[in-house]
Amino acid sequence: MASATTRELEGYVGFANLPNQVFRKSVKRGFEFTLMVVGRSGLGKSTLVNSLFLTDLYCDTVYPEPPKRIPKTTEIQTSTVEMKEGGVRLRLSIVDTPGFGDVVNNGHCWEPIINYVNTQFEDYLNAESRVSRQLIKDTRIQCCLYFIAPSGHGLKPIDVECMKQLHAKVNIVPVIAKADTLTPEECARFKRAVMRDIASNHIKIYDFPDLEGEDAEEIAANKKLKESIPFAVVGSNGIIIDEKGKRCRGRKYPWGVVEVENGDHCDFTTLRNMLIRTHMQDLKDVTNDIHYENYRAQRLAEVISPSEKHELPSRNPMAQIEFEKQEHEAKMRKMEEEMEQVFAQKVMEKQQKLKESEADLKRRHDQMMVSLEKQQRELDEKRRQFEQDKTDFEAQQRKYQQEQEAIQSQQQKHGKNDKYKTHKKGIFT
Amino acid sequence: MLTQTQVAVLTRVFQKADGDNQGYVPPSVVVDLVTQVFGSAALSAGELEHVERRSASKASKAGLSFVDFTEVVNDLMGSTTRWGTLQTNLDGHVGFDSIQEQVRRKSLKRGFEFNLMVVGESGLGKSTLVNTLFKSTVSRASCTQVEHPIPKTVEVNSVSHVIEEEGVRLKLTITDTPGFGDQINNDRCWLPVLDHVNDQFERYLKEEVSVVRKKRIPDTRVHACLYFIAPTGHSLKQLDIEFMKRLDQCVNIIPVIAKADTLTLEERDAFKARICEDIQFHGMNVYPSSIVPEDDDDAEINSKIESLLPFAVVGSEKEHKRGNKSVLGRQTKWGFIEVENKAHCEFPNLRDMLIKTHMQDLIETTDKVHYENFRHTRLQRQQMGESNI
Repeated sequence: MASATTRELEGYVGFANLPNQVFRKSVKRGFEFTLMVVGRSGLGKSTLVNSLFLTDLYCDTVYPEPPKRIPKTTEIQTSTVEMKEGGVRLRLSIVDTPGFGDVVNNGHCWEPIINYVNTQFEDYLNAESRVSRQLIKDTRIQCCLYFIAPSGHGLKPIDVECMKQLHAKVNIVPVIAKADTLTPEECARFKRAVMRDIASNHIKIYDFPDLEGEDAEEIAANKKLKESIPFAVVGSNGIIIDEKGKRCRGRKYPWGVVEVENGDHCDFTTLRNMLIRTHMQDLKDVTNDIHYENYRAQRLAEVISPSEKHELPSRNPMAQIEFEKQEHEAKMRKMEEEMEQVFAQKVMEKQQKLKESEADLKRRHDQMMVSLEKQQRELDEKRRQFEQDKTDFEAQQRKYQQEQEAIQSQQQKHGKNDKYKTHKKGIFT
Repeated sequence: MLTQTQVAVLTRVFQKADGDNQGYVPPSVVVDLVTQVFGSAALSAGELEHVERRSASKASKAGLSFVDFTEVVNDLMGSTTRWGTLQTNLDGHVGFDSIQEQVRRKSLKRGFEFNLMVVGESGLGKSTLVNTLFKSTVSRASCTQVEHPIPKTVEVNSVSHVIEEEGVRLKLTITDTPGFGDQINNDRCWLPVLDHVNDQFERYLKEEVSVVRKKRIPDTRVHACLYFIAPTGHSLKQLDIEFMKRLDQCVNIIPVIAKADTLTLEERDAFKARICEDIQFHGMNVYPSSIVPEDDDDAEINSKIESLLPFAVVGSEKEHKRGNKSVLGRQTKWGFIEVENKAHCEFPNLRDMLIKTHMQDLIETTDKVHYENFRHTRLQRQQMGESNI
């Protein structure tokens, strides 16, 4: 395809209004965002979600009686909220993972999470492949906040393992939980240790890329913000009034007040800005373009070359997939048949040719034989003739001899008479 | 044999109870009589029960005779030194009150031994807390050279220090358990710890039972175990419960909420309440509730401590200048957390209990309760011929 040439316009066409149309349409449609929070219990996940979206998605947790307290496996809990701000509607889904890493043996505690992520991709794939796909509900996880306990040393083995399992399927944003337990030096040291661990284990986290349309100043600011990854956050459920009479979200201690929205105290505002205000759409795009495409390619490749290792459970009957599969198989079969036909045909042709040449050879051979025979006959004829001639000639010869002898004898008889006459014949007789 | 004065006291009490002068007293009254003789604070409830049973068993149809009464009292006299009305009065100053000075001098010369074990996941501030407790770098992590990453299995490492204060020398051994609770699969990560504790008991027993034994048996038994609970704010984790259930019979467990500067006061109280519920529900024996208080003073102190359990602590080795003095604490952007301030955290309470008031008691409980349990099971097993010492 030839590359499009840019042209200057002579007047005002009006397609500069396109972004507005898109904007109006998407505002009317509303936006969707799915966020997953992963981490051991007691790290403040629910509190942070409440603080991020300034709503109380999770009311005070109710603690069951001691016998029922310990969860057995990781569960997946989704809650959905519809919020409206400035005329823009957002449908927010939060996926929580209670029970993660809580029991003694956490060997497979990330499996329910992986299965859930895959199931969302599967559902979207099926919805996309349907005949009528007007209302696709997008439940794919667009961002995963991974909560790291503020130990001060580095990543724990369970964190490393879980992130390794998730980084190819979701955008991971690592977050240091309950950061009010770290002094500024400890916090910096811990962040460096965590980033070191992440790099040494080759874990790919979401790196908040520079967005198009940003000028150099914004890019520089973006870069500075990226340096504080992983974000050290503090969340708070309640609004408190500090000494100056200011209302803010924070935590009140005997020694001071931690303000959640104060950039000096924690990285909460940075996280919120980068997650919601600047990079929300990019998160969705990356999920759609990279993670979902990877999943899709993998799935379809498995369908085309069916392998026994295909273990993904599918909840909906994959009618379309099956149909395509069958179609494809039929096509393969037809191709095979055609090829066989062609092959047979060629074989026949060859055979034919061979036969022809054989016949040809035979004919020529016959011809030659015939000609040879003819020649032979001719020769025979000639020989006979010759023989005949020879006998004739011999016969003649004899006759002549006889005649000669007869003449001689006659002459002898006459001879004496003719001695003289005949004497004349030979001088020296 | 009872002295004349003692007999006189007993006869008086007996006759008062024996109104119609039969020479017999109903057994149920014996407890009252005994309390009158010895004083109400002298005998514990268990001993009084014992008295009741004995008198009931000795009594005939008519009741308890004076001779039997004196026998019962005689038994009691052997088990306590508080004789109340049976005490003999002194006419002057004898001077045996200097015996405490003699004991003190002897123990000063000998020095004391204290073995502390710290257990908990990495990153909970165990080393910092121990250093803060003893105001010097005594923890294993700070002393040993190698800074190695989280080990794959649980190791048990000890370091020993001798610290001195006002002429009193203390041999302090800190046992650390790196790798505890850090793996993905933490099944049976308490086994190395359990083995270590039992090994120490074994060693002591061997020394005790040997034919030629040292004058003073080196005491490496673990006297106290500080168990660090992560400040989740919810309740005990399954690993915590498993560990405590298994080790509360062998060692004094003192649960401690680590890094408590992440909990507000309300959260702290709620968290403590839930932990106590869990502890009660699973029937775990945490110090000091397992010991039987000797008298009311101890009981009062113990109940005060119990109401604060588990202690929410914050540790720090750095000193900062506040005003004109140096204070141990953590400096953050929103405030300064003073480690020694009771309003901020409960570190002073823990330190007082561990060092100032209950150190001797911890050692004694280890010796008299946990070690006895161990010894009992071991010797029983030996008698049944399973193993030989």
